[in-house]
Amino acid sequence: MSTFDFPPSIKSRPVWGRLEARAGKHHLMIADAEGAEAIIAIATPDLMARTHIIFIAKGTSHGDALRALNPAQFYEGPTYAASVQRIRRVFQDAHMGLQVYLAGTEGVMGQAMREAIEAGIPHTAIQTEHRGSVARRMQCVHCKGITEDVETDPFVCAHCGLNLFVRDHYSRRLAAYQGVRVDAEDHGNVPEPRGIYE
Amino acid sequence: MTIQFNDETFRDDYSFYNSEWAINRFPFPFDKDSYMYAVNMEQHRGGPDGSVYEKRFDVDEHYVSEMRDRAMVLADDPLRCQSLPHMTLAGWDLLELIMVSKSEDYPDLFELHRDGDQWRWINKPLGIDDSFTFLDETTLPYGPMEYITRQAQGDYCILDQRDDNLWMDAGMVTTQADWSLDFDIGMNFFEWHAPVPLAHEKGIFVRALKFLLNIQQGAPARRLNWTMTVNPLLDTSPENYHKWGIQKTTLTPENIGAKQHLRVELQTFFRLPRSNALVFPIRCYLCSFQDLMTVPKWGRRLHRVIRDLPDELATYKGFIDNRPMMLDYLSAFDDGLPTSLGVWPEVDTEPPLQK
Repeated sequence: MSTFDFPPSIKSRPVWGRLEARAGKHHLMIADAEGAEAIIAIATPDLMARTHIIFIAKGTSHGDALRALNPAQFYEGPTYAASVQRIRRVFQDAHMGLQVYLAGTEGVMGQAMREAIEAGIPHTAIQTEHRGSVARRMQCVHCKGITEDVETDPFVCAHCGLNLFVRDHYSRRLAAYQGVRVDAEDHGNVPEPRGIYE
Repeated sequence: MTIQFNDETFRDDYSFYNSEWAINRFPFPFDKDSYMYAVNMEQHRGGPDGSVYEKRFDVDEHYVSEMRDRAMVLADDPLRCQSLPHMTLAGWDLLELIMVSKSEDYPDLFELHRDGDQWRWINKPLGIDDSFTFLDETTLPYGPMEYITRQAQGDYCILDQRDDNLWMDAGMVTTQADWSLDFDIGMNFFEWHAPVPLAHEKGIFVRALKFLLNIQQGAPARRLNWTMTVNPLLDTSPENYHKWGIQKTTLTPENIGAKQHLRVELQTFFRLPRSNALVFPIRCYLCSFQDLMTVPKWGRRLHRVIRDLPDELATYKGFIDNRPMMLDYLSAFDDGLPTSLGVWPEVDTEPPLQK
């Protein structure tokens, strides 16, 4: 299983759960990459008959296994950015009682959760489960640009090029962690990048 | 008294200064010779004549220059002022609170004339004379929160109250101690305080929240917070940290007295009548070490507090690297004599420095 135990952290950092099948007429499952495994783990024919799966493949081939579950509706897209308009459209049509399941990377879960909340889905109807990459979606506090799939600390902002350190401070509204210039008090003194959890 | 407004800057050449009047009313935050987090909340119902606690919204010699600095920050970065869509009514509440308070507390500086919803606001120091319709946004040049907080010293956070929590849903934040409104907007009380060390474990935030949720109209509260800033820089924002962070390394034993500033926040809390939101003004006062040392009691005490502060707090407040140099400077003003309890300068009763 592609699971990871995140170390304890500060109170703004999201805590991810474990998906469980819930009662309900309508179920929307959004997953990326290894997140597919979390859906497969709870899938039953009865549940799938009432489920819409939106899968963001990110180059993986889990889509075939999800399609084989025979969900009521299935969509596969290459990236979150390519899928987000469709996700918004689906939330627009959501009825009271919709159960939302998010699985995969923090970046995709965070962004899909933001769409769900903005559409008025109560947080109690949203479940999450982290699977796969532990990379983070980071906002540069200086230029405000978002860098996706950050795996190291520090990292280079994809927009302004500053070397940023990775904070655990997280904004649900931005669906991103905060990156802050690491050498602000000693220009040019940038530590060797390491994995975020190393 | 009539205030003489300083013509000064909080950037570039840093011509900011405190008059002797301003030094003696500086809100020195340490009531004893040591410091640890506490809820330290008290009623905000006036204070000694001339003190920063006397009026609901203190206006001092820095007013005009601070408002000029705020306008410059906003021109560079409009995201410093944001209000989520459901917070407009609270913005009107705040506009009313500030206009009523200032016109009553400083009638020589501010006037408010109300005829039903037709209001006229005169701000003499800033040369403003505007007529508008209360609760009609189209009659003001900015939204109500932005309009009035471009004319009021200190940062302003407006906190929505729901689900037994407070939510940072609007704010004007240009003089902050290194936190980002743009990042934190929409967060609840525990989330926006998440990066603060030690205080969660001590239960500070649980107790503070309980207190704040119960603040009633007409019964505002206040507390002090503090940090350290090199140069009298109001805009110590994370947004600009990549530019100002390096200034911390410019301290030398020769310039530390003039460059190192104690930064104190007078935080107040008012319940707003229509929205039931809580407004949280955070007013920043700066004072250089050398000016603080003119008060013998503060000289003795500041040395002891900084010397004994836990490393976590010195790190969080961003001066752990400069602490040894600060202590070298401050120790010359500590002769070991006892200090009287309380924050007041007591210049008439405390002995002068004995070394």
